Amino acid sequence: MVVKVYGPAYASPKRVILCLIEKGVEFETVNVDLLKGENRDPEFLKMQPFGSLPVTQDGDLTLFESRATMRYFAEKYKSQGTDLLGKTLEEKALVDNWIDVEATSFNPPIYAMTFQILFAPALGLPKDEKAIQESEEKLAKVLDIYEERLSKSKYLAGDFFSLADLSHIPFTQYLVGPMGKEHMVKSRKHVSAWWDDISSRPSWAKTLQICPPPM
Amino acid sequence: MALKLHGVAMSTCTARVLTCLHEKEAEFELVPVDLFAGEHKQPAFLAKNPFGQIPVLEDGDLTLFESRAISAYVAEKFKETGYDLIRHQNPKEAAQVKVWMEVESQQYHPAISPIVYQFFVAPLHGKTPDEAIINENLEKLGKVLDIYEEKLSGSKYLAGDFYSLADLFHLSYTYYFMKTPRANLINDRPHVKAWWEDISSRPAFVEVASGMNFGEEKKD
Repeated sequence: MVVKVYGPAYASPKRVILCLIEKGVEFETVNVDLLKGENRDPEFLKMQPFGSLPVTQDGDLTLFESRATMRYFAEKYKSQGTDLLGKTLEEKALVDNWIDVEATSFNPPIYAMTFQILFAPALGLPKDEKAIQESEEKLAKVLDIYEERLSKSKYLAGDFFSLADLSHIPFTQYLVGPMGKEHMVKSRKHVSAWWDDISSRPSWAKTLQICPPPM
Repeated sequence: MALKLHGVAMSTCTARVLTCLHEKEAEFELVPVDLFAGEHKQPAFLAKNPFGQIPVLEDGDLTLFESRAISAYVAEKFKETGYDLIRHQNPKEAAQVKVWMEVESQQYHPAISPIVYQFFVAPLHGKTPDEAIINENLEKLGKVLDIYEEKLSGSKYLAGDFYSLADLFHLSYTYYFMKTPRANLINDRPHVKAWWEDISSRPAFVEVASGMNFGEEKKD
């Protein structure tokens, strides 16, 4: 039975899809339309009671939370494809450390900006300019810390590409693309080089090709 | 060389790691960080965690921050001793532990943390708890707890019928939450209440909770 990933059009599911492509694991996708509220259907809530994307099915295992799911696949398939967790327990700890930085410091402001700038209009909601500005300021401070980190190490967890870098790709694509905030990346030399590197991986080109974003 | 955890016993995130260390019976040293003097924002500390937050773990030449990542490392490094927090021998169970660890981080924490902040930290800055922020987050927390109530009616703990790191992650913030006038959110939901009573009475946590005296008057 092939792995199924729900909601490929959106950003968070792309973390899982990127991971599967890097590991060379076959999968299918199932579209879920958030604007139509398909994530609130009783059938969907049975799989994912919080109603958010992605949901991933691997045989009789149903998983949600993209970061948990990508960690699971990276571990399950650790002997094939790209090494995404490092080679030692210590390297894996650094990968986990920087995935958590993405989750707790990077994601909240960039998610808020994504929602306000890209999705609020589609939902008929007014843009909260104050929230956008506050989030942009927070994100800028995080990117300053990344600039320092990436001046000392090629990737976030060390000198190897890992889930920590991968976790940033989908939302950063929104930032430099449809949100029109490319300057936030380009104005930071090491962040810019890092972004050029990770976003030019074949897995990302393939992801965008098979799962085009909703805008 | 023993592990060194930089932090303070009464801090929620430090307590998260302390609980894990106790469950794993790992030897460690707690190195105090003087938050009131701003030690965590000084260059020496920022060199360990550029985000200027506690805790930080040093294990030989490995330096880690982010309490959940530190806890996951401790649980894996010491997987053969103490209580099995990550179900490492059963990939399906291990996967569910990962899911509910993220649920704590992405769903539970963002709702409960502002409430704890308003009741415990705001007063230190001379502010009264902001009712609007509290109420907004109580509503969010209530919805999350409704889902937990449903889940815990089908399994004893979050990831299955076994206590795991996913349950442990909830302890420290919930401990302070239960000291606020809003503890009814937990107590009014029978399965959540039973789960809370179970996980908070584990000896490893009872030990850590004895140091969690934030906001209490010092008794001389």
